[in-house]
Amino acid sequence: MRSLGLYVPGDSFLHRAPAGAKLLVLLVFGVATVFLNQWPGVTVALVVVLGLYAWARIGWRMLFAQIRPLWALLLFVAVFHTWVSGPVRAYEVLGALIALVLAAALVTLTSPVSAMVDAVVAAARPLRRLGADPERIGLMLTLGIRCVPLMAVLVREVSEAQWARGAQRSVRAFAVPLIVRALRQADALGESLVARGVDD
Amino acid sequence: MTAQRSTSRDLALIAIFAGVMAALGLVPAIYLPLTPVPITAQSFGVMLTGAILGGRRAAASMTLFLGLVAIGLPLLAGGRGTIGVFAGPSVGFLLGWIVVAWLIGVLTARAGAPYRLPAGIGINLLGGVIVLYAFGIVGMLLRTQMTVPAAVLANAPYIPGDIVKAVLAAVIAKGVHTAYPGLLRVRRPARARA
Repeated sequence: MRSLGLYVPGDSFLHRAPAGAKLLVLLVFGVATVFLNQWPGVTVALVVVLGLYAWARIGWRMLFAQIRPLWALLLFVAVFHTWVSGPVRAYEVLGALIALVLAAALVTLTSPVSAMVDAVVAAARPLRRLGADPERIGLMLTLGIRCVPLMAVLVREVSEAQWARGAQRSVRAFAVPLIVRALRQADALGESLVARGVDD
Repeated sequence: MTAQRSTSRDLALIAIFAGVMAALGLVPAIYLPLTPVPITAQSFGVMLTGAILGGRRAAASMTLFLGLVAIGLPLLAGGRGTIGVFAGPSVGFLLGWIVVAWLIGVLTARAGAPYRLPAGIGINLLGGVIVLYAFGIVGMLLRTQMTVPAAVLANAPYIPGDIVKAVLAAVIAKGVHTAYPGLLRVRRPARARA
């Protein structure tokens, strides 16, 4: 199922590792990149991340898709650092940035959305003493996931209505009915939550 | 994220507006004459959510939306997602969304009903342009170690589009508050009805 989520199915060690453990390793890696900011350390980090992608059998295309939206900005940063403090510094800054972006993306690519929800709920459990409610966080995430296709349907309905009225150029004639319908949908959703006992 | 408990209607609004943000990621970019930078709808959605839901719910809604992105839904404009975006140079903008939605929400709620366009535009410009870019630029400085002028230069092309979006968000918010009253408290002699 590729309709929702960026998960790439597979059965590598990384796919089978629990999502919570992967998030923890990512956290350690993120802290490590702050200290590994010289070129040898950055190179090690990049090689490790590329190795992990190969291990998880995630292809080059998917790997580049994680960086592609950033290319214009990365180019700007590269030019800036090369100009101000030389190509080595540019490599160090960009290499550390790309390594961490790829590593973080790898956690998502190898973990199904449901496993990530469970990991977030489990991570919130120790925070209960600080006032967090892990079950409610889990409920909100699943509600949010449900609302994505729900709103996509509303967008289609509203734009069809707009076409029928021949007003397809107006942003206002699109957004106002969309948001009003969304608010009515929220009322209905709120009532169904009350009916299921999610109220206080 | 706050000690205050939400009602189930609040939960529904928070979730639905996370869905609205996702839907705005699907809206194709709008090109305006004289500006080379496409206008994507999502930063418009941040301002709109604040101007409609009020501070606490809007901030929760943005947090939920970013949470959905983090756990792997490709909801950012152009189908981007994953935790990777929070390690990238735009992290300041993303986390700024939460603060901006909260700020716009609090100020809009304080201005009260009926929603007034000039005040709404002012609030949106303050939150969605000035505060958001402050967050965005600080994030970029931390992640790319550029100087402040370079980071400002990298972001400057997007500012005119965001000014247009701030105005547009206020116009839409006025339309929504007119068609669906009751979200903002009427500023009249306090507590006429409980």
